[in-house]
Amino acid sequence: MAAKRRNTSESSLEQLLAAKEIIICCGSGGVGKTTTAAAAAAMAAAHLGGKVLVITVDPAKRLANALGLERFGNVETQVPPSLFTDAGVEPRGELWAAMLDTKQSWDELVRSHAPDAATRDAILANPLYENITGRFVQSHDYIAMERLYEIHASGRYDLIVVDTPPTRNAIDFLEAPERMADFFSSRLLRWLTVPARSRVFTMASKPFYTVADRILGSQFLQDIAEFFLLFQTMYDGFVERARAVTRTLSDARTAFVVVSTLEASPAREADYFIEALRERKFALGAVVLNKVLPGWFRDREATRAAKQLCSDAAPLSEAVATAAPDVGEPAQLARVLGEVGESFLNFQVVAKREAEQRSELAAQADVVAIVPYADHDITDLAGLLELGESLWR
Amino acid sequence: MATALLDRRLVFVTGKGGVGKTSIAAAIGQLAASRGKRTLLCEVDAKGDLAGAFETGPTEFREREIAPGLWAMSMSTEASLKEYLSLQLKLPLLSRIGPLARTFDFVANAAPGVKEILTVGKLAYEVRERHYDLVVVDAPASGHIVGQLAAPQAIQNLVQVGKVRDQTGWMLDILSDPAQTGVVIVATPEEMPVNETLDLSVRLAEETSVDLAAVVVNRVLPELFTRGEEAVFKGLRSPDGAAALGAALGTPVEPLLDGAELAVKMRRTRAEHLGDLRAGLPAGVELLYVPELFQRTHGVRATGQIAESLGAELGY
Repeated sequence: MAAKRRNTSESSLEQLLAAKEIIICCGSGGVGKTTTAAAAAAMAAAHLGGKVLVITVDPAKRLANALGLERFGNVETQVPPSLFTDAGVEPRGELWAAMLDTKQSWDELVRSHAPDAATRDAILANPLYENITGRFVQSHDYIAMERLYEIHASGRYDLIVVDTPPTRNAIDFLEAPERMADFFSSRLLRWLTVPARSRVFTMASKPFYTVADRILGSQFLQDIAEFFLLFQTMYDGFVERARAVTRTLSDARTAFVVVSTLEASPAREADYFIEALRERKFALGAVVLNKVLPGWFRDREATRAAKQLCSDAAPLSEAVATAAPDVGEPAQLARVLGEVGESFLNFQVVAKREAEQRSELAAQADVVAIVPYADHDITDLAGLLELGESLWR
Repeated sequence: MATALLDRRLVFVTGKGGVGKTSIAAAIGQLAASRGKRTLLCEVDAKGDLAGAFETGPTEFREREIAPGLWAMSMSTEASLKEYLSLQLKLPLLSRIGPLARTFDFVANAAPGVKEILTVGKLAYEVRERHYDLVVVDAPASGHIVGQLAAPQAIQNLVQVGKVRDQTGWMLDILSDPAQTGVVIVATPEEMPVNETLDLSVRLAEETSVDLAAVVVNRVLPELFTRGEEAVFKGLRSPDGAAALGAALGTPVEPLLDGAELAVKMRRTRAEHLGDLRAGLPAGVELLYVPELFQRTHGVRATGQIAESLGAELGY
């Protein structure tokens, strides 16, 4: 197992999770973000106690099964405590899991903010509504943050670990609440909603309508207007909510965990993200580096030996076959030795590249957790906790 | 018989984040250009990765020839809108209308599908005008591609009249024609990328009219040992075997043997996911394999190597 880098301070992910109420895991796609979030939450439930919730976006079926759930739903579900006992851990607390269902979350939001039943039904039945909530990419980011806020404010959990949705740009979801607030208070929205009231053109809005009419058609504009007019009834609730969500992100009880592998482009994205957090004065709690190759791939002696295996496979195989005749006949042995050497050197190049990347990323945070490359998939809670162990201290 | 990948006119390359979508798109573009096709590569997410695949300067909306027969551009919905307005509506000098373009960007954000259609529209336009033999799109990741490809249909359903509606007709003709347009999904032989690929293949069929042209399996690990050799390797891992090898080399051999073991296990896990992928895809979808590149995973050298592998897979 790879040696863990320790900073001079005694901080660890364990401490971070003990201190914070909200942990937001972010990073680019394919770096093991969801698994990291689940493992961290499982460790917190097992060892720190309290009620811990992990909100994931799109868990692998295998991960859902590992948590003893058929599938994740929008409703929070408790992971059966027996799974912990099966994994040999007596949990101090409870682990709960939920998945983000954008459409359902939007519906709930509308239900709670609509001023009356008629408006609520009109919004839910509007054809644009479905399109906007389903396809409008930012709506996904916003709803994730909104849901987080709602659950946190409810006081039902001691710790909430969030796996963020895959975004085109990692920082999109940081800005989503703000953008949503801007959107609902914008002049454009006022323009758009004018026609439904009384279509009086101002000097400022006329050219806009002229072009918009020609491109989109006035019927479509009318549809948009109607929709936003309905939506505006929820304006105050929404804007207040979006601001509250933004406040939650910068609250001292919230920390971000940036997850990355040591491959070039996820690492670059992680760098970019760390920078974005810094600019917004959000707290970077830890950097988790996943799928890290073992350090012995860079061992000098082993490297020399690997090269020798490649160049002297034949004489070496003779020597081995003489000393240990059961292993195999020399010709086949020579091929195996050659492959062993070649494979070692191949992975070594990757390990070296990773080491370089790692020292750059590790310098960014007080807590750096290194998770070694797993040669198997995680299929149960025991696997998740095993991964958690390497994250933890 | 499906149209060969490079004989199509418009190819969208997508896949889960982190699987090497941009590298594969770049390699397809390079391969096509090297086979004499006038090729346009378009990066939709504008992260600048495409420029990195060719060690060329940043790409812009205005396409630029980066290699003989190979042009590159990056999508910008705002620029696309400007181009559209000046071409279709004879409305030049948008700047004179002041904040209109910005305002419009806002509408594009508010009205679903407008941004998407400006992207797809520009690409389909290049195809319709026959400016290129092949347009290769480094498209949004699997989570977003369906929204993009379904946009013309969605707009057609939403917008009853107007310019945009008229435009969706010919776009749909191009997108729905498997002889012209196809999607390439890139996956690595790992659990999530394989699942996303299978999900996407279903969604493409159900929610869009675009044909799934091929699945590229990226980063396939080499097979180290044959079955017989695996038995020999096992023997080497036994105390006697390891001791004999250690004596012959004069060093501890654990790292070497552990390293090979790791490689074998990784390959085996990946082979299982590959099996799931093969079993789950609709019949007739072409699978193209690209090996793991250990030395360089990005940049012009890697792009060339991937193009070569893809060429061999396609039978060139």
